[in-house]
Amino acid sequence: MNTAYLRLENITKSFPGVLANSGINLSVEKGEIHALLGENGAGKSTLMKILYGYYQQDSGSIYIEGNLVDIRTPTDAMRCGIGMVFQNFMLIPAFSVIENIALAVQKQGQMIQSQELADRIRDTAACYNLSVEPEAKVWELSIGEQQRVEILRLLFTGSRILIFDEPTSVLTPQEVEGFFEIARKLSSDGYCILFITHKLREVMALADRITVLRKGTVVNTALRQDVTESDLAYMLVGKPTIESIESDQLQEPVSQDVTLEFHDVFASGERGRSGLQGVSFTLQEREILGVAGVAGNGQTELGEVVLGLRPCSQGRIVLHGQDLTNRSTAKILEAPVAYIPEDPLQTGVAPGLSVLENMVLHKRDSQRGWRGLVMDWKEIRAKIELNVERFGLTLPNLDRPVITLSGGNIQRVVFVRELACQPRLTVAFHPTFGLDIAATKLAHELFLTSRSQGSALLLISEDLDELFALSDRIMVMHAGSVAGIVNPKTTQPFEVGLLMTGGATT
Amino acid sequence: MEMLALVRNNRVIDVLRMTGMMALAFIAVGLLLLSFGKNPIEAYGEIFKGSLGSTYGLSEVVVKMIPLMLCAVATAIPARMGLLNVGAEGQLHIGAMWATWGALTLGEWPKEILLPTLVLLGFLGGAVFAFIPAFFRVKAGVNETICTLLLNYVAILIVEHMVHGSWKDPMSFNWPFTREFSDAARLAFYGNTRIHTGLWFALGAIVLFYLALKRTRWGYELRIIGDNAEAARRAGIPINRYIILTLCIGGGLAGLAGMAEVCAIQGRLRPGISTGFGYTGFLVSWLALHNPLKIILMAFLLGVLSLGGDMIQISLELPYAIVNILMALIFFIVLGRLAAGRKEY
Repeated sequence: MNTAYLRLENITKSFPGVLANSGINLSVEKGEIHALLGENGAGKSTLMKILYGYYQQDSGSIYIEGNLVDIRTPTDAMRCGIGMVFQNFMLIPAFSVIENIALAVQKQGQMIQSQELADRIRDTAACYNLSVEPEAKVWELSIGEQQRVEILRLLFTGSRILIFDEPTSVLTPQEVEGFFEIARKLSSDGYCILFITHKLREVMALADRITVLRKGTVVNTALRQDVTESDLAYMLVGKPTIESIESDQLQEPVSQDVTLEFHDVFASGERGRSGLQGVSFTLQEREILGVAGVAGNGQTELGEVVLGLRPCSQGRIVLHGQDLTNRSTAKILEAPVAYIPEDPLQTGVAPGLSVLENMVLHKRDSQRGWRGLVMDWKEIRAKIELNVERFGLTLPNLDRPVITLSGGNIQRVVFVRELACQPRLTVAFHPTFGLDIAATKLAHELFLTSRSQGSALLLISEDLDELFALSDRIMVMHAGSVAGIVNPKTTQPFEVGLLMTGGATT
Repeated sequence: MEMLALVRNNRVIDVLRMTGMMALAFIAVGLLLLSFGKNPIEAYGEIFKGSLGSTYGLSEVVVKMIPLMLCAVATAIPARMGLLNVGAEGQLHIGAMWATWGALTLGEWPKEILLPTLVLLGFLGGAVFAFIPAFFRVKAGVNETICTLLLNYVAILIVEHMVHGSWKDPMSFNWPFTREFSDAARLAFYGNTRIHTGLWFALGAIVLFYLALKRTRWGYELRIIGDNAEAARRAGIPINRYIILTLCIGGGLAGLAGMAEVCAIQGRLRPGISTGFGYTGFLVSWLALHNPLKIILMAFLLGVLSLGGDMIQISLELPYAIVNILMALIFFIVLGRLAAGRKEY
């Protein structure tokens, strides 16, 4: 193994509360295309950012051509011939292609005349199919062209190891094909290529070897010809770790009354994302519909159009027979619809205000104590205490500012606020992300209680274990469409994994 | 409970730290005075004696506090939702101008009708002028800080244009000011002082602002937006409506300050009706951290300094700029403290 061009040995990195990388070994040969595959939070990006000097590993070493190297900053990494293309490109939009590349080259102390540089850019570009116009300003270029400029920049600064963070996530299918060709050509000239991805099909099309990461450790490294897509999907998701919930509540039958209907809904996505491309489904009363998918395939947009946070460009959304399409968020929340945001500190609470004040953030009759414009905080407090008691819950001191609470307690404030209004529908975004086991368990119990009180739940989560433990049905999203709706009791996680990654349909 | 004690403790430390840092500003300016060969103790003595040492001095402090408090509330209301209104100075001028138009053209009206009309005109003038940056902020995301700041110059030039032009008093021997207002257009003074009924606008605005923040949905939603705009958006709070509303109400209050200056102190419109009340009011608001009751306290402090600045010009032949330097240093300290506070999260 000592002959490998690049070797990572025993890399460990932890962030407060998370072990992002644990004892990772990885080697890349000269001219190899190596794929790093893993779910969100598996540690791929952290590992690559360590290699690029963005983070410092806690322990472990990096060797290039057998020599130990000390990479503390991206500048060190570049000196070692390591370059990285991030998902958000690091180009200066107002500068031309030449100027962007000259900037990178100058940093290394070389001075080149722009005419000479333009000629060299054209030569290199022709050699690797990296067609771009050197005089063009970066903001005029398409995303695919910008990516090519990034690659050119790495080549001009002498990078021999090229790292790509999800290089195809922002590209059109034609551009993806073009990128594959570029990558193959580069590897045949001896460049090492490391790319991070979720997409099994691309791994199978491009990679020589594949390393699968899960929860910060290497599950396996395999040659492409030795594995199938199903093998990889299985490695990706692993075995269930959440004990399945043996609860009577889960046995209660789903009601036949329809709560939420989506009729061929279209919506635009965030820049570079697919948005919704004609989504139709129904959600019954007392049903938990899990929504699975790799980040950026329309799950977030799905939740946002329900809540009126994102306009729906086509199609209809109906809640209990009432058309909610493009109604205002305030009206939808008053339905009442409960809304459990991802990362509540950023999006679901006002951290500088007290718990009490945060409890009425979403206007609902059962919780509000205001008549017209005047807010009667005494009455609000009484109502909230009553509601909390009825739910058999405890809240932290109502007068404390939310910022002083722990993450678990902040999530609890949000859960109590949302579920105590007896919602008809709950939309939850990654509700247990970052929570410890006890808080996760409480959240799951609350969902089930809410379900048995007649609420329907749209559970958007990247945690397959959670989806399998809670859902009555799991809807898998891929590229803004429904890739399939499966019954978790008769489906294996790896089958869902295949649907998520755009693999063969079951 | 432990936590509460800690918070209370922090508050004590906070006040101590703030006072200490203000003392630093005084020391720094003291050193500056020494370098001019002036005795800083004498200068500070003069500042405080002149403003606090006599009934007349105190009453003049209150006179200065009226526009300062109004301009501070004009800054504080939008600041509570994270908007920087640096335009109180301009809003004050336009408010004064609209009130002047009323006083000059409707001067024959009976006092009971004319004065409320002028109050309304002053408020509307400031509000309309603040609507300009609010509109562009909402429609095109134009930065309201730059916009309000630049519009100050526009407002001042408009006023100069009017007093040099069509509104110039024909009897003024070519001085740039308007006719004196009729008695019906004048606000009343209390006793022998120059304290005028505009004081009630200022105190009323502060009390209403306080009650609105504490007791109304309006103030509640404002605080939510200021604390976490994204959470507010996701809760369906109409942020754009609040941008328009807070900037216009703020502008209206600054306009009211302008109305009070022309209808009480000056009795006519002239250039220099404001000695930077808008900017000093901005400083008051930040020193008070946009807290309505602290605005009264800070307006008093800066009223003292600003009057003291007038005094030392006469008694010690020191430039007024000394007080500006002192205020600027105090302001930097407040900003530095806020930045440090943010880092602690």
